[in-house]
Amino acid sequence: MFLSWMAWTWPTAAFFLFIVLAIATMGVWEHFSPGGGARRGVLGLDTTRGDRLFISLLGSAFIHLGWLGIMGTPLWGALAISIIYLLCVFRWV
Amino acid sequence: MIDKTANQKAWFLVLPVVILVAFNALIPLMTVVNYSVQETFGNNLFFFEGVKWFEQILHSERFHASLLRQMAFTGIILLIEIPLGVAIALAMPKQGPWVSVCLVLMALPLLIPWNVVGAMWNIFALPDIGLLGKMINGMGFDYNFTQQPFAAWFTTILMDVWHWTSLVVLLAYAGLSSIPDAYYQAARIDGASAWSVFRFIQLPKMKRVLTIAILLRFMDSFMIYTEPFVLTGGGPGNTTTFLSIDLVKIALGQFDLGPAAAMSLIYFLIILVLSWIFYTLMMRNEEQ
Repeated sequence: MFLSWMAWTWPTAAFFLFIVLAIATMGVWEHFSPGGGARRGVLGLDTTRGDRLFISLLGSAFIHLGWLGIMGTPLWGALAISIIYLLCVFRWV
Repeated sequence: MIDKTANQKAWFLVLPVVILVAFNALIPLMTVVNYSVQETFGNNLFFFEGVKWFEQILHSERFHASLLRQMAFTGIILLIEIPLGVAIALAMPKQGPWVSVCLVLMALPLLIPWNVVGAMWNIFALPDIGLLGKMINGMGFDYNFTQQPFAAWFTTILMDVWHWTSLVVLLAYAGLSSIPDAYYQAARIDGASAWSVFRFIQLPKMKRVLTIAILLRFMDSFMIYTEPFVLTGGGPGNTTTFLSIDLVKIALGQFDLGPAAAMSLIYFLIILVLSWIFYTLMMRNEEQ
């Protein structure tokens, strides 16, 4: 198959699909409420919604790695913390 | 607020770049993510392993050791290159014909390709025929960078300092030459000492370029591969095996694609978070 060298799996495909959907959601959000929701949050940084998504995703990656390093599998706890983290970032950062 | 013309057709002009980036960055990166959760024995046969490789890398003594070596190396070269670069920039002439001579001399090491720098220093530091190696041995020190860990580190750091201090010098010099003469006149009238001039005029004015210098050197040295690879090959033993050298050993030496992919993703995340901090710091400096 054409894409066989990329060695796709369902979990990784779902992961990328999630990222694409998140970016698409940002686009739709921007369409209905333009301007990016720029503000200065608790960290003293000027952030837009896109920045907040980036901070959330990058932070979630480290939360998952930390959980994996300390607690091991399964990663549901890390996922829960990441979602709380994401909500906090979108609310306050 | 100004109303901007909304012409979304302009996005089509970005399409060539998007396609290029997709082929040289996104698709390879996606493939690395795919590899990181699988095991392969060649023949394009893959077996799903979940997050096993990530767990293995996070608990691997070898990864911890190379990460630690990497941080130590980056820390040491920053501690040497930044003050040394500032000192050289301060000592350089401010005007006259010597300015160009100094700038060209300073820029020379930056123009030499990485692998050539490695090869040059390898020969230069050889204990039996190299000028540096023979000289150090002639002074009565036992020096052999191919066998002694300390000598290997010493040579690697010296090589990096030789190669990259110029970058700090050029940036600091640019920062210094942007200071108006009126500042120095005011300092003279107040009878300020040389230290006060440096502390209250030159250093604050160099803050922005020094931020760039520190972070550029940080990221570059964190990804260093070619020079130590050519100079020491990561040896003796594993003493100069930095992250990228270790990564290549796992990926191409042992052909462990899964662990190598997991390790490169962790490495990538570290670089990404540092680059983000770099970008954010710069943006904040711009504001001030």
